[in-house]
Amino acid sequence: MSLDPEYLEYAKRGLGYDHDLFPYSVMEERKPLAWPEGKSVATWMVVSLEWFPITPESTPFKAPGHMQTAYPDYRHYTSREYGTRVGFYRLLDAFAKADVKVSVAANAAIAQRYPSVIRDIVDAGHEIIAHSTDMNGTIASTLPVEDERKLITESIAILSDVAGVKPRGWHSIARQQSFATMDLLKDAGIEYCCDWVNDELPYAFTNGVVNIPLNHELSDRQIINGQQQSADSYAQQMLDAHDWLSAEAKVHGGRMLPMHLTPYIIGLPYRMDAFETLLGDLKAREGTWFARGCDILDQFRSQM
Amino acid sequence: MNEGEKDPGLYNFAPYRGREPFSWPGDKKVAVWISPNLEFYEIDPPANPHRKSWAMPHPDVVRQSHRDHANRVSHWRMAEVMSKHGFPGSVSLSVALCQHHPNVVEDANQRGWEFFSHGIYNTRYSYGMDEAQERAIIEDSIKTVRDATGQTIRGWLAPALTHTPRTLDLIAEYGLDYTCDLYHDDQPQRVKTKTGDLISMPYSLEVNDHYGFFVYNMSPREYADTLIRQYERLAAEPSGTVMCIPLHSYLIGQPHRIGPFEDVLKHIAADAGDGGRAWITRSGDIADAWRAIHTKEA
Repeated sequence: MSLDPEYLEYAKRGLGYDHDLFPYSVMEERKPLAWPEGKSVATWMVVSLEWFPITPESTPFKAPGHMQTAYPDYRHYTSREYGTRVGFYRLLDAFAKADVKVSVAANAAIAQRYPSVIRDIVDAGHEIIAHSTDMNGTIASTLPVEDERKLITESIAILSDVAGVKPRGWHSIARQQSFATMDLLKDAGIEYCCDWVNDELPYAFTNGVVNIPLNHELSDRQIINGQQQSADSYAQQMLDAHDWLSAEAKVHGGRMLPMHLTPYIIGLPYRMDAFETLLGDLKAREGTWFARGCDILDQFRSQM
Repeated sequence: MNEGEKDPGLYNFAPYRGREPFSWPGDKKVAVWISPNLEFYEIDPPANPHRKSWAMPHPDVVRQSHRDHANRVSHWRMAEVMSKHGFPGSVSLSVALCQHHPNVVEDANQRGWEFFSHGIYNTRYSYGMDEAQERAIIEDSIKTVRDATGQTIRGWLAPALTHTPRTLDLIAEYGLDYTCDLYHDDQPQRVKTKTGDLISMPYSLEVNDHYGFFVYNMSPREYADTLIRQYERLAAEPSGTVMCIPLHSYLIGQPHRIGPFEDVLKHIAADAGDGGRAWITRSGDIADAWRAIHTKEA
């Protein structure tokens, strides 16, 4: 049987994209961005702080890092909790020692269950990004839109209550969205999201919400967990990226190095020395601007 | 091909040992060609019953937007490094890119790159196409690339490596002279087709950046080392060989990878001058040079 004739029809084959979510634009051709104090590379660290219920759900999909063995999967449940109780505090100490401020993408469940963790983040001057309810709060186009709206507004309300400040940013689990997500985020008062990885600088969606690309490849999860490389190799790759971006910045204006961190991965004792050395090496490069997502957003908006 | 038979019957067995040695133009040992995939991935493509386009329900934000990075950012990063060290591209092109992002195609054309077809979109698969449908995508490819670039495509890399039993016969019938879909040799070889004169152009899955990073999980520096080893081995072998480096800018053009990759280009370019072993070229030029040496056997 041959394919349906419609398979060779291309209704959206024309200039630009096959969707209206955001316009096409080439980064090289845009007006250059300048970071504060003449810095060249905005180095943006985002830590994911997540609570994985021991009862994983696969609707609309099972989150990466979720339970894997038959119930009750103590192995993965407690390993993820180790990240929040121990690994994350190693990271907070490392950030304090290096005097850098970061963004923390937190599940609302962290605020409900461990409010002191949220207070420690806010007291240290870090930013909270809303990151769904808990790790069963995944989004996809198969989720009814009213359920998605509730998930987004509840996550933001719970985090706002505990943090004392409303998150300006949103990060979906596994970066997965539906076609409705960007408008739902706008309705909920979110100013930026960090789900789309098609660019290396902030850009505005058609509806005005800004995407700040959080490169999924430059993450500890991808390099250490996914690709099974060492913490030293991870650090080397971040420095190689920083060097390349610094050179580009001399010609094209401000660049961004996003670093996505996972406490239960990078926060293990045998990896922390490599990470602290990396922080020191990045700090020693004079073009580095350690920034939070909200700082990058404000700079982008002030120059648009 | 011999449809339904255990051996598809695409070529004769010709062992590496005992072949007549030859050299490339300028007495070079290894023809090096870089094949950037310039692609367009639809955000919400229709379903093919034989293969899903995306792992997740549409929009599959990460996978689709990762690939879109090519056309917004990383194409230029990759292309400028190639041009800087004297490497042209031989492009496997999703031909609908000519309509969606003509600036990318024009940039490649102005750099002197050759284009061959990689289907209409990398989200439309040939699986299940009847002959008329497959003829339509070949004719579309020829016309679209000609209209956009003035070039007549000479080669084919099936969209997302999806074929029908007729693909090679049809592209030969339309006068294309090489396929990049067969991986059985480090030298061009003749392919048996009903009509026409088709050769296989050595392409590489094994040193494709996608395989390097996502099948073998190499770090950027390990991948660069792999390419240099591949080059050194092929250049040391007695006869003319072909080294293909297939790339996707959204992979190789990431900031942590492009620096180590530039070191590979420097290494090969340093062996390309007078007395060097590298012939840095394009796929169509390799086909011409090989045909000039290997006249058609009976």
